[in-house]
Amino acid sequence: MIVAVASGKGGTGKTTVATSLVSVLGDRAQILDCDVEEPNCHILLKPTILTTDTVNLPVPSVDLEKCSLCGKCGEVCQFSAIVPIGKTVIAFPELCHGCGACSMLCPEEAIHEVPRNLGVVETGMAGPVEFVQGRIRIGEAMSPPLIRAVKTHIRGDKLAILDAPPGASCPVITTVKGSDFVIMVTEPTPFGLNDLGIAVEAIKGLGIPMGIVINRSDIGDSSVKDFCDNRDLPLLMEIPHHRKIAEGYAQGKPLIESMPEYSDKFRKLIDDVSMIFGKPSKGSSL
Amino acid sequence: MKIAVTSTGKTIESVIDPRFGRAPFIVIVDDDCNLIEAIDNSKNVNAFRGAGIQAAKTIADRKVDLLLTGRCGPNAFTTLQAAGIKVGAEQSGTVREAVERVKRNEVPLADKPNAEAHW
Repeated sequence: MIVAVASGKGGTGKTTVATSLVSVLGDRAQILDCDVEEPNCHILLKPTILTTDTVNLPVPSVDLEKCSLCGKCGEVCQFSAIVPIGKTVIAFPELCHGCGACSMLCPEEAIHEVPRNLGVVETGMAGPVEFVQGRIRIGEAMSPPLIRAVKTHIRGDKLAILDAPPGASCPVITTVKGSDFVIMVTEPTPFGLNDLGIAVEAIKGLGIPMGIVINRSDIGDSSVKDFCDNRDLPLLMEIPHHRKIAEGYAQGKPLIESMPEYSDKFRKLIDDVSMIFGKPSKGSSL
Repeated sequence: MKIAVTSTGKTIESVIDPRFGRAPFIVIVDDDCNLIEAIDNSKNVNAFRGAGIQAAKTIADRKVDLLLTGRCGPNAFTTLQAAGIKVGAEQSGTVREAVERVKRNEVPLADKPNAEAHW
């Protein structure tokens, strides 16, 4: 089973929930930090990194000697990454999504692909938990291909927990796509609700069942609960605002270390998710 | 000579839009400021990235010689240079006023972009 932890709003507790889940599951779980622009599961889990692999995107390089200026490359590119203009062809590697269509369609074979570095994928162990994370190259803006590289490490025989980036755009969709369930972590404030609503709409389009975890559940207002009721979204768990949790977090400790009584709650969360996933899901009929 | 001017509207009395790639209209006129065409650039206004490159292609296809605009980023500038289109940046007021400044030789030609790439 693949479970993604997403949120809409940033700073709601995705990483807290994701790391707690793998901590109670131990060697039955693997964690994949897909928030490649700012991966932070490593701060709480303190893994030993065993492998580091560079991830590249193939981008076009044009041999103008061979080019007949036919313009096919520019016609097929949806991102203005290769532009036949005047008596030349200009490539903009930073705009390229690496689809390869330009080089495939070039009748003169004037385009070959060169690697553009996107970042690295690191794997290792955090105690009994298998650990994978992506780290984007500083200055790089395109994260989905790197996130896909992280996800190639998903193994079928373990419960894969994916820590998603915040928001509701391409990196989030790339992360949650193919998951069996999405746990949405939010806070019960107008800000949490607003961004949760956007992310729920986006993920609904993928037909993946969702459930909600409310963090700092005793602050704010009841609007998130009302939202869950109206949308028939299961409220899976509430984590009250607690000084001990904040203190542990500030020291880089996982939640279940500072609050061991939460171990059972997170085990129950996994059981509840498996139940919902196992039966015809309510979430997909949203 | 064909002159392209980034504009908020479709006429020569329209006010210049300082953005090159994301201006709603690109007005094309001749030396005497007679309107040749007003290009609807709306599909580029909300482009994720690459708006300047597309706008440069659009005016290159129409064999424009000179672009008058406010700001021009690095990718757009590279594309315009490859197409042999000269750039007069930092322009404001109406389309007509800018073209009149060109006639009076008051518009310096840009030799480099004057805006950051859009992210």
